[in-house]
Amino acid sequence: MPSNEWLLITVGAVLVNNIVLSRILGICPFLGVSKKIKTALGMAGAVIFVMGIASFATAVLYHLMLSAKISIRIGSLQIQDLDLAFTKILIFIVVIAGLVQIVEILLQKFSPALYGALGIYLPLITTNCAVLGAAELNAASGRSILASTVYGICSGVGFGLALILFASIRERLELSRIPKMFQGTAIALITAGILALAFMGFSGLVK
Amino acid sequence: MESVLVAVGVVALVGLILGVLIGFTAKKFAVASDPRIEQVAELLPGANCGGCGYAGCADLAKAIVTSGADPALCAVCSAENVAKICAVMGVEAGTKERKVAVVYCSGDRSHAKMIAQYNGLNDCRAAASLHGGGKGCRFGCIGLGSCARSCPFGAIEIRNGLAIVHPETCVGCGKCVDICPRKLIRLVPAESKGHVYCNSLLKGPQKKKYCSIPCIACRKCVKAAPEVFNPQGFLVRAVKPELVDAELVKSAGCPTGALQTVEDHLALGQAAGKEKEGAA
Repeated sequence: MPSNEWLLITVGAVLVNNIVLSRILGICPFLGVSKKIKTALGMAGAVIFVMGIASFATAVLYHLMLSAKISIRIGSLQIQDLDLAFTKILIFIVVIAGLVQIVEILLQKFSPALYGALGIYLPLITTNCAVLGAAELNAASGRSILASTVYGICSGVGFGLALILFASIRERLELSRIPKMFQGTAIALITAGILALAFMGFSGLVK
Repeated sequence: MESVLVAVGVVALVGLILGVLIGFTAKKFAVASDPRIEQVAELLPGANCGGCGYAGCADLAKAIVTSGADPALCAVCSAENVAKICAVMGVEAGTKERKVAVVYCSGDRSHAKMIAQYNGLNDCRAAASLHGGGKGCRFGCIGLGSCARSCPFGAIEIRNGLAIVHPETCVGCGKCVDICPRKLIRLVPAESKGHVYCNSLLKGPQKKKYCSIPCIACRKCVKAAPEVFNPQGFLVRAVKPELVDAELVKSAGCPTGALQTVEDHLALGQAAGKEKEGAA
């Protein structure tokens, strides 16, 4: 793969096609854990971690699924070259959820410090649509396993960037005089919209 | 049809493999932790206010079990739950006094004189570093609601530019005490019935310049009940607030009205506050 392809994947995932602000995936943690920068940082770390692992695992699985043409004989039934790619979303979500559970247990055992920083966020994003979305986008665009992993990590970075920007704005909003009807979620949604508009400016970056 | 059955089989197989894997790792790599930590954490209120000095309820539970922190450290926890925690830990339950926060100021918009219009950050700490907000009094409540926002229990109301603590909701965690830049919130016993709602250390006439409801240290209340009130410079404090009832307030005859019962203080500016809200 030429080097500008890698640049396209990274810049594309972080800025141009930001998973939150451009693809509108993973909105619930985006609104839910963006009240404080500290929790936003923890969440961003957890999402980068999980998206990287999940993208790698699902890419490996998808390539296996594509190459393995199953032929089965059950009694008199004969099924030739069964293509199971249509079950990919179902298998992806099961595998991601199971994998995160296992990783969480292993983290708690072998790296209590990392578990302390990410632990409470991991169960929140086991079945997050942004994580599944990254895996699905990898499968849809037919990326290699390495490119999929890089795309997953960069999508996580893009998510973290959006989340931290949004949390910073919300912390400042806390101290502003907001008309009563706009207080709380209303102003947060307006802010998210304006932030997404700002990110649209990056769409001219890659031709 | 067959392909559907095979797909179901494959997905079920993937689920089974993962289930076995999770079960295996959970057994093999389980981290042994004291089961009492979970029991204690369940008995704690779970509001994570941080009033005890630990990072949250889970952290306090860990400290109680592992490093012998005082089970009664949690100000929010009911006496019943403290007793249960003590039973879990096998120690004697101590008695604890319930406390509530009080804002020592009555200077709402209809009593305190404004000398400036403050348009900065909507936060008392920001206002305090910038000439102290709009009110003339340099000791009273700024009224921008930093305490109300910091309260994890929603016990503080900003009414007509004055922070008012609702004692029935307040649990005495002390978060507002730490956040108030004027240091005019204090924790008092929950049985308190009345206070001298003023915090200004200036001389009487100087206070009256900016407020129509200050304590001018005339000491009428001290004469009426010397064991209850204690003058400190130009400010009188009710040192036994549990003895201040409506009768005593009446017989003391505070000329400005700074001495109030808790109920009267709660009713302060209720009508004016409603009006203001309707206008906004």
